[in-house]
Amino acid sequence: MSNVGIVIVSHSPLVAEGTADMVRQMVGDEVPLAWCGGNGHGGLGTSVEAIMGAIEKAWSEAGVAILVDLGGAETNSEMAVEMIGEPRSRRIVVCNAPIVEGAVMAATESSGGASLKEVVATAHELSPS
Amino acid sequence: MAAPDFSQLIAATADTIAAHADELTALDQAIGDGDHGLNMKRGFDAVRAEKAAIAAKPLPDALKAIGTKLVMTVGGASGPLFGTLFMALGKELSGTPDRAALTAALGKAIEAVSARGKSQPGQKTMLDVLQPVYEALAQGKTAGAIADAADRAAEATVQMKALRGRASFLGERSIGHMDAGARSTALLVRAVAEAIEGS
Repeated sequence: MSNVGIVIVSHSPLVAEGTADMVRQMVGDEVPLAWCGGNGHGGLGTSVEAIMGAIEKAWSEAGVAILVDLGGAETNSEMAVEMIGEPRSRRIVVCNAPIVEGAVMAATESSGGASLKEVVATAHELSPS
Repeated sequence: MAAPDFSQLIAATADTIAAHADELTALDQAIGDGDHGLNMKRGFDAVRAEKAAIAAKPLPDALKAIGTKLVMTVGGASGPLFGTLFMALGKELSGTPDRAALTAALGKAIEAVSARGKSQPGQKTMLDVLQPVYEALAQGKTAGAIADAADRAAEATVQMKALRGRASFLGERSIGHMDAGARSTALLVRAVAEAIEGS
């Protein structure tokens, strides 16, 4: 059984990479992990193409949980999931959770072999709403 | 309404975005992050570069190709929003659509954009232009009247308070500036309307 993949999407490549570093150090290497950040033109932002690439990189048959920072990252991640298309899109979830805590908690859950649903639920518990 | 050549429509939309790129950027600088004109120009230039190949496709595939290209090249939040508009139209339209088919397809596309942006008309976005355009289309207005309605609708976003997107961080201070996405939508509507009217 493969572990759920974790994708980190920030407007800033530094935030995304730093979050990924924290996940690696705190959780380890068994969880498929990828990050992306920046608009693809050297500025802050997110790119659908880069997000699709990160999903491919972290792809797992168990599914992929995406952690995002601000609004545009969420919109672009949802677009990327839609463009990856069915049937895989049904196993990709954009989490409603703070990016750093969400990524670490989701990866921790995933490393223990939890299902996509359990991984996402753990991340969502961090959100007040 | 005769159907204009599709590559002509692509050229007309790319031309108007390029001609107004500085204006769109200035609008976005006032209440956003100031990249809207450049982003939109990059996207529509990329669509124009593949004009012949796109126009040779059946209508649903052509619209989907435009949407995909915009998603991949515009960037920011506008890429997925404008991309979704064209991709949703591609899902609904085929052959040579009449006004009823166009109206129904635009209605569905507005729903798709609204879902993508988690936004509704009245929040100072492109939806505030699309909705009146849909209504004018449904009411049987001429192409010119529809373009005028789009311009008025973009103008009306000046008085609105932004509730979605980066401009919403400014709250009350977003009032007094036209929404850049609403303006680019009105430009696209006018370009398409004039191409249809002139054909």
